[in-house]
Amino acid sequence: MNELDQLYQQVILDHSKRRIGSPLVEPETGHRHGESHQHNPICGDQIRVRVELEGEQFTAMSWEGDGCSISMASASVLSEMLPELTREQFLDKLDLFREMMRSKGTMTPDEEVLEDAVAFAGVSKFPARVKCAMLAWVAAEVAMLEAA
Amino acid sequence: MTGQTEAAEALTANEVARIKADFEILEHQVNGADMVYLDSGATSQKPRCVYEAEQHYYENANAAVHRGAHTLAVEATDIFEQGRETVAKFIGAKTNELVWTSNATEALNLISYSMSNASLGRGGDAAARFRLGPGDEILTTELEHHANLIPWQELAFRTGATLRYVPIAEDGSLRYDLIDSLVTERTKLVAFTHVSNVLGTITDTRRFVDAARRVGALTVLDGCQSVPHLPVDVKALDVDFMAFSGHKMLGPTGIGGLYGREELLNAMPPFLTGGSMITVVDMEHAEYLPAPQRFEAGTQRISQVHGLATAASYLDEIGMQRIADWEEHLGALLYEGLSALEGVRVFGPVDAKRIGTVPFEVIGVHPHDVGQFLDSRGIAVRVGHHCAQPLHRALGVTATTRASTYLYNTEDDVKALIEAVASVREYFGV
Repeated sequence: MNELDQLYQQVILDHSKRRIGSPLVEPETGHRHGESHQHNPICGDQIRVRVELEGEQFTAMSWEGDGCSISMASASVLSEMLPELTREQFLDKLDLFREMMRSKGTMTPDEEVLEDAVAFAGVSKFPARVKCAMLAWVAAEVAMLEAA
Repeated sequence: MTGQTEAAEALTANEVARIKADFEILEHQVNGADMVYLDSGATSQKPRCVYEAEQHYYENANAAVHRGAHTLAVEATDIFEQGRETVAKFIGAKTNELVWTSNATEALNLISYSMSNASLGRGGDAAARFRLGPGDEILTTELEHHANLIPWQELAFRTGATLRYVPIAEDGSLRYDLIDSLVTERTKLVAFTHVSNVLGTITDTRRFVDAARRVGALTVLDGCQSVPHLPVDVKALDVDFMAFSGHKMLGPTGIGGLYGREELLNAMPPFLTGGSMITVVDMEHAEYLPAPQRFEAGTQRISQVHGLATAASYLDEIGMQRIADWEEHLGALLYEGLSALEGVRVFGPVDAKRIGTVPFEVIGVHPHDVGQFLDSRGIAVRVGHHCAQPLHRALGVTATTRASTYLYNTEDDVKALIEAVASVREYFGV
């Protein structure tokens, strides 16, 4: 597979079109929720992420955004994963995801932990695109902290 | 003025190939493909003679200019001032009407801050023309690069003046019909671009200059995208100020210029102050040198000036009119070729006069993804808002992909781009 195809894996292209978790939905009454708007000034990409929690457990993530296939697919993949996770599990995955993104293509990610998000490993070879992949994850973290 | 006095015979493909060979970097491969550089609107590549000139300066003449009596200092000063003469001539200015700056952004900020200083009373009555206050207006346009917008926003904030702008129509053309109603007795400054850095369209500068002259407003032209690509004569354009940058016209980074009419530059209070711009200094105050030195505080960019002057001579030798004609030809090929592709939308008015700069969108594919795909084929373009967010907002998009040519681009470069863009949608499955 050439580098471009490693970057644009089928999983990413599919998710960028399906956009799981988009558009935003109103939080369920009684659930704690938080929201974050993140913006990449370099390309103008932006995303608004809303998360809901019951105790330590995420129950939902929804989002609205405008951006490249990498940033939109990353939000979609995360939306699918997040409702299964506790705060701690999410933070562990975030650490690993961030480490993978900073690895410049040298890290073989743990598929057990990162699930579909391993598809973004190829992005780490393109430093200009790392922010695109991180945007939704950063927004989800800030939204989580806001919900606390 | 260059080019126009010669018989402007068209550049031939062979000649362009010879020109291209002067640019070492264009012989490189990118991602396994021959490099196709279509991002000269962001920065141009440099011919060998430009960086060799810089190297020659450091090997043979490096010293601080306008100070010291030793031989090297004299040689360095000669090179520095010879460079000013060459570049001033290149834009049709008198030698003392060209102020060196780091880039066009600094040139525009120089005017903005000098006017602030005048508004605080600096420069006395001689600087009255540069004073702004509540009730005064600054006029710019919706086309502008942020560098010709934000300095005026800040100037308005600092002085209490109001910033107004000439809007664009849906197709990106300037609403010239509104200029006469927007320029009033309150207007003190009119700042506008010569060529849009996004759309590549050439402004009818006469419309702005005539309106400004009618009310005695100062005119500031952003020449960043015109000086590299068109024959530019500031006297024929009849503007008061013009900013331009060296790195977009084959010169090094870190050097730009501000043209100002002699009597204006000599009346305007300085922006950056310090060494090399004074006559007499005591502990309470200082007297300033006439322009251009009054605006050139601190040790100057000597090797960059030499590099830029070498670049201007290189362009002059080929002839700016011939370069302009070649790029108009490439621009038309780009505009027509991209417009003909299914699922591709080209921005900018159809019938406009333009340089070889064309922005477009591939429907359903984000510009960043388009740029990434093109890069995998060795093609360099710019993606994003190109430092012109208000323009993009007016066009109804957040970002575009922009191809921009220069004298070293060939018809094959344009063909390679169009062929690659044609397969973008298939790759991304839209």
